[in-house]
Amino acid sequence: MRSVHKLSVALAAAATLVLAACSGSGGDASTNGPVTLTWWHNRTTEPMKTIWQQIADDFHKSHQDVSFTIEPLQNEQFQTKMPLALQGSTPPDIFQQWGGGSLKSQLSSGKIADITQASSSWIGPLGQSAKGWQVDGKQYGVPYQMHAVGFWYRKDLFATAGITTPPSTLDELNAAVAKLKAANLVPIAVGGKDRWPDAFYFNYFAIRQCSVDALKKAVEKTELADPCFTKAGENLKAFLDTKPFQDGFVGTPAQQGAGSSAGMLANGQAAMELQGDWNPDVMQALSEDKALDSKIGWFPFPSVPGGQGDPKAVLGGGDGFSCTSRAAKACADFLGHLVGEEVQKKLAATGSGLPVHPAAVASLKTETHKQIAEYTANAPHLQFYLDIAFPTNVGQALNDAIANFFAGQGGPDTIVQSVTKAAAGNK
Amino acid sequence: MSTATSARPLTAPSSHAPRAGGTPRRSRTRTRLELALLLAPGLVLFVGFVLVPIGVAAFYSLYSWNGFGPLTDFVGLDNYVDAFSGDVFQSAIAHNLIIAALTIIVQLPLSISLALLLNRKLRGRTFLRMVVFAPYVLSEAVTAVIWLLMLQPGGFVDQVLRGAGLGWAVQQWLADPKIVLYSLFVVITWKYIGFGVILLLAGLQGIPAELREAAALDGASSWQTTRHVVLPLLGPTIRVWIFLAVIGSLQLFDLVWIMTLGGPANASTTMATYLIDHGFKRYEFGFGSAVAVILFIICFTFALLYQRFALRRDTDGALTRAVN
Repeated sequence: MRSVHKLSVALAAAATLVLAACSGSGGDASTNGPVTLTWWHNRTTEPMKTIWQQIADDFHKSHQDVSFTIEPLQNEQFQTKMPLALQGSTPPDIFQQWGGGSLKSQLSSGKIADITQASSSWIGPLGQSAKGWQVDGKQYGVPYQMHAVGFWYRKDLFATAGITTPPSTLDELNAAVAKLKAANLVPIAVGGKDRWPDAFYFNYFAIRQCSVDALKKAVEKTELADPCFTKAGENLKAFLDTKPFQDGFVGTPAQQGAGSSAGMLANGQAAMELQGDWNPDVMQALSEDKALDSKIGWFPFPSVPGGQGDPKAVLGGGDGFSCTSRAAKACADFLGHLVGEEVQKKLAATGSGLPVHPAAVASLKTETHKQIAEYTANAPHLQFYLDIAFPTNVGQALNDAIANFFAGQGGPDTIVQSVTKAAAGNK
Repeated sequence: MSTATSARPLTAPSSHAPRAGGTPRRSRTRTRLELALLLAPGLVLFVGFVLVPIGVAAFYSLYSWNGFGPLTDFVGLDNYVDAFSGDVFQSAIAHNLIIAALTIIVQLPLSISLALLLNRKLRGRTFLRMVVFAPYVLSEAVTAVIWLLMLQPGGFVDQVLRGAGLGWAVQQWLADPKIVLYSLFVVITWKYIGFGVILLLAGLQGIPAELREAAALDGASSWQTTRHVVLPLLGPTIRVWIFLAVIGSLQLFDLVWIMTLGGPANASTTMATYLIDHGFKRYEFGFGSAVAVILFIICFTFALLYQRFALRRDTDGALTRAVN
């Protein structure tokens, strides 16, 4: 027995040495000289995967001392990998950043570079888009494209139901829902299984009900204390009571398969879906219809009577990148290149998002996307998705409460309390 | 487990030899060397990938920590109190127990009947065995996506039911909080029945044909032979299957995560989905670690008790005596 004990002590010592040897790498490259940037982005599919590679290659040609190691990761992987990477000694130099509360959470790692200075020369054209990547007035990343949420609809089904113009007020939307139902059609598809599509509805009812100040204050203080949020929940309840969704919507996935909410819209089984600007790509992948683009239209979330919110305010977010401190200078230069007019035009042409540089809007692929970009550019307020704007634990708690509400559990006040509870550290 | 069993033949001589009297010293050194050489890789892996992570998780579980930056907010056992006092976690434990109970009540008899059937000489036996076993070969993720699509309203399952004149039985399989857990159980059964059948078939092969023949000569009916000869001899296999099935039910994750994410309204949340939801989706790593430790303790306690009281008679002499 004793020999086994000695053996295990020896093994433990050996293991410690090995671990120590592993963690000793990673140098400081903030000074000049050749540098290789590790880049984690979320574009695992074509065409964007190749486009990012080309952009990196081009940048290397004009900046010989900067080269890249690119690792595309799926969105879900970022959730698990980023905390580990930022906790370790060799985090990626550039990584996908959604901004808002998750950025704020990541800041406590102390590894994310403040690029306020480094970005000052080129960040101007981005305007209010860049704000989501700021914490306490400092820039910790930049978006390379923005996203906006609105109603996607089937023009053919609207025609069948006798709806001539897309609804612009809540009453008109309710009337449209009634007409579609009368025509035996599913008015709206929602991917309730995934929870976040449910959250879009509460977010928008809050944006229409609450003043911009109330929204800003809510995010700042991590609470939905203003009565307008409870009212928004009541409005949502009234809307849910009109039963506008497909059967069994709380079990429907948002993007998987033809039976998903996006698939239903793509295949003409539902007339509307409240979704982001990325929806056409998702729908195209779930449909054989090559002329799909021409059958699909877009309209903003309708105005809600009695609300203090701006009827032109838009719900959205964006994809961006942050730098870690090891090679912050080279990284920031590269980000400047990404949001420059030339690269922005190239990105806009893919239709994968809305450009952050105004000059690139004209390069967008479809008229619908141009319409969304224009609407977003003219919006007096861009409200970040609340789950992203809040710290991660609060945002997810809010989404869960909204999803439960969709499933018939809880009321407007449970949604409001979920934020207060989560912010106070309760589970 | 495997390290313990593989080490036994080596430890046995070394502990018994000195008592037998005077083994040359050189051979003892040699034994130790062999021990070190053979045990080391397994021990390093076990310590590094099992014991250390468990210890680290237990350590994290005492902090309120979002995964970034240093551990500064020590909260003691608050995370455990929070977990046990939360409705959602309580129902998650209940869901795991329901699945485990259903597994034993439904899957076990089903597996035994199928195994007995497929152990007979009948036409196309190999093919039938393959059909029963095929779902087990599919990955959980693939199974989950296929069934997610088939169980949508108006999907494959509904159409088959309607086609068979059973339209009244159609439900919102994944959307009705009262039904979703049982829908998932059907998928779990579909997926894992093959494993039980193969295990039991192997057990049946081990029962000597002479015993059945002797029972038949004594005038035992086919049912009597099965009840009094085959099933008792199948006991060890059944007990191992129950062990694996219960542990599997307690750790249920992949299928649920892909098909429902624990919803709607937490109606299908399991301990493992709750853990991932809080640990990784909400960045509550301290709390998530506490849930992981609870899950570990539940599984470990069950494993120990089951080994001690149910599996002991099967492994007695094989495992237990050598350790003594």
